Amino acid sequence: MYVAVKGGEKAIEASHRLLDSARRGDPGVPELSTRQIAEQLGLAVDRVMAEGSLHDRELAALAIKQAQGDLIEAVFLLRAYRTTLPRLGNSEPVDTGRMAIRRRISATFKDLPGGQILGPTYDYTHRLLDFRLADEGGSRDRNPAPEAERGPAAEEPVPRVVDILGREGLIEEESAPETGGAPPADITREPLRFPADRDARLQALARGDEGFLLALGYSTQRGFSNNHPFAGEIRYGAVAVEIVPEELGFAIEIGEIEVTEVQMVNQFTGNARTPPQFTRGYGLVFGHQERKAMSMALVDRALRCAELDEAPASPAQDEEFVLYHSDNVEASGFVQHLKLPHYVDFQSELELLRKLRAEFEDPPAEAAE
Amino acid sequence: MAATLNGPALRPGFAAPVPDSQQVFRRVLAAMSEPGAVQDIAIALTPPAPLDPATAAVCLTLLDFETPVWLDAAADNDDTRAWLRFHCGCPLAGEADGARFAVLARPEAAPPLAGFRLGSEAYPDESATLVVQAASLEAGDAVDLRGPGIEDRRAFRAAGLAEDFWKQRRDLERLFPLGVDLLFASGASLAAVPRSTQIGL
Amino acid sequence: MAEDGYNFAYLDEQTKRMIRRAILKAVAIPGYQVPFGSREMPLPYGWGTGGIQVTASIIGRDDTLKVIDQGADDTVNAVSIRKFFARTAGVGTTERTEDATILQTRHRIPETPLGPGQILVYQVPIPEPLRWLEPREAETRKMHALEEYGVMHVRLYEDIARFGHIATSYDYPVRVNGRYLMRPSPIPKFDNPKMDRSPALQLFGAGREKRIYAIPPHTGVRSLDFDDHPFEVQKWEDVCALCGSGESFLDEIVTDDRGGRMFVCSDTDYCGRRREAGHTGPATRDPEGSGA
Repeated sequence: MYVAVKGGEKAIEASHRLLDSARRGDPGVPELSTRQIAEQLGLAVDRVMAEGSLHDRELAALAIKQAQGDLIEAVFLLRAYRTTLPRLGNSEPVDTGRMAIRRRISATFKDLPGGQILGPTYDYTHRLLDFRLADEGGSRDRNPAPEAERGPAAEEPVPRVVDILGREGLIEEESAPETGGAPPADITREPLRFPADRDARLQALARGDEGFLLALGYSTQRGFSNNHPFAGEIRYGAVAVEIVPEELGFAIEIGEIEVTEVQMVNQFTGNARTPPQFTRGYGLVFGHQERKAMSMALVDRALRCAELDEAPASPAQDEEFVLYHSDNVEASGFVQHLKLPHYVDFQSELELLRKLRAEFEDPPAEAAE
Repeated sequence: MAATLNGPALRPGFAAPVPDSQQVFRRVLAAMSEPGAVQDIAIALTPPAPLDPATAAVCLTLLDFETPVWLDAAADNDDTRAWLRFHCGCPLAGEADGARFAVLARPEAAPPLAGFRLGSEAYPDESATLVVQAASLEAGDAVDLRGPGIEDRRAFRAAGLAEDFWKQRRDLERLFPLGVDLLFASGASLAAVPRSTQIGL
Repeated sequence: MAEDGYNFAYLDEQTKRMIRRAILKAVAIPGYQVPFGSREMPLPYGWGTGGIQVTASIIGRDDTLKVIDQGADDTVNAVSIRKFFARTAGVGTTERTEDATILQTRHRIPETPLGPGQILVYQVPIPEPLRWLEPREAETRKMHALEEYGVMHVRLYEDIARFGHIATSYDYPVRVNGRYLMRPSPIPKFDNPKMDRSPALQLFGAGREKRIYAIPPHTGVRSLDFDDHPFEVQKWEDVCALCGSGESFLDEIVTDDRGGRMFVCSDTDYCGRRREAGHTGPATRDPEGSGA
């Protein structure tokens, strides 16, 4: 006799125990500490913080450990925690012109004030597996990083390339929002609306899935809305975060975060009213994530098509398409919800299909006429 | 909550904010779901004059920093403002059309209903909810309500409204889905007439 | 008791207020999708985050909650959601439809008619009824504003031209109170008539899509149709193998790989209660048989 599937709760508990054991792996191998993850898988931590919209290395490392290194699952864990946190206030805009720079390159000028600083990068590594790293402790006898290459000694502000172009009036002007003006959009509090403003778009891109943005950015380079990008500047380093407590009335620094900022210099425009000038695409993400920040800058520029009187013709220019599908936590949930039972809807389809099939094979009299 | 702000003791809000606001919300939801049916908020409150307990309970339940509220001249006094700011943290709207909520403590002198936010065709939800503090929800001329939430028709009374209040409200019907949603409060009693309700005079 | 470290029913009070305000506007404008600041929940998007946020915003200690998925109380996702509320709100739960004050559902409306004072909360994956016809939100919002629903009729009519029937068997579009076109969530069209003039309040939550909508009690809900092709619901030639009901929505169970199958009620509470009351079906009358 048929017995309805019971014991869902027990099944769930058993599944959780299996998951714990799979996560731990062979107990004979030492357990990873979250500190090891934060220190030695730093780029994974950066990505989880960026797409999780929460700057906290320890929590991101914990999420990565708990998710067995599944970064999208880790982003989800971090987001679900973030949503329970109280909102105490908004920071002042960070000033990347005053960044303590670890890496800074420009593809548009051979040399410029502040210089080109290669910093830590995989760019010129030969992608040969380094078997010394396979041995535990294999990285111990490496050369320490040269002091002089750790960054500029002075705390001198390093001017941004776009500001240099801006002084000549050759790139469109962008002014920082006034202090005390309307706070920027927050798509985690208010749903997106279309057409979306640029602040909401940039927030969506900053927390958007790296792979999705990479593919979209790439598509713009292959002719699906080419906008002739030059990597005006890529800079990575630490910036101060400041808040203005109501009771003080002036800004105080509450800490530092590392960010990667990309300013793309794009195809120029101009018309009877505005002189010809370059346009901008902007990318900013937590940590050291150049691939993500560059993709973001390409997509930001593509999404500015309406504002720049360009006919939207490509996927990267379609803001509903881009913004509604860039969030990997939303996408992952909905794709995977297909795992949930759909007996009822499937039964409805089955019943309809059987009826249509029967009529196809044995047409009703009126249809046969 | 015995907080003081440079002066007389601020009157308390909910004794237990989490369960109290949930309970009041369910009464408001029941009121909105069954237009004209009178609910009892069943919570003891001692708000500043001229707010009735039901008016105050609605404010404590629904208002916060995201909801600019407009107070009519009768409700707009220092005690009420301090109480709302402390317990709800809501900004006060200077003009009726800038408010998401309004408290009409003396509805016979209320500004025109059409002067509040009615929403837009694309976003009709971006409209005002008015808390109308009536002298009574038992006395007054009965109006006949029909529409969603009402099985057939329901008689509703609210005393102390402006003479042309219901006519104004009926005139808004042709703008549906634009409109304002009305919550009526009196003592500890609560009722609602959302924009979807048709008024028969 | 509620889980330590989190607020009653998980959501913080500001989020509840925001959702409560959205629910009230949804009730005031029947069938209209109110945008809301959907929060990230500890369950995946697409797995009921909208319904959970609605339930968390309305539920209180005195409530009794029933959670079903596919009509059943014991499917894994229903168990998981019920446990979430038992943990975070410490509320009583039930499987009996008439004992519940709040019912959260995915894909079904219970067979037992709902009564006044009950609230049915639907989990909604895609709230926009016009979405498959027009993928852009900016456009569909305009179509709702202008009440431009002709495209939906055209689509249904194309089905008739092609198949002789409207080929939509679930998530079948309805008009609410003669105004807004609404998606009832992926319930089978079998359940559509239960929405019409129901004495219960019906709330719909779409978490990923960040929309809430509602049908107040006693509100007209009309399934779209044509004079010459009136709306009709599914019928089965079989009855429930367990309780013998010929009136409920039946799930098909494959019993072997030689074409053997049987049909059982999708509503487990309804079916179990009928059996308790002494009703039998082909399988329960004949313990050896498969009921086929």
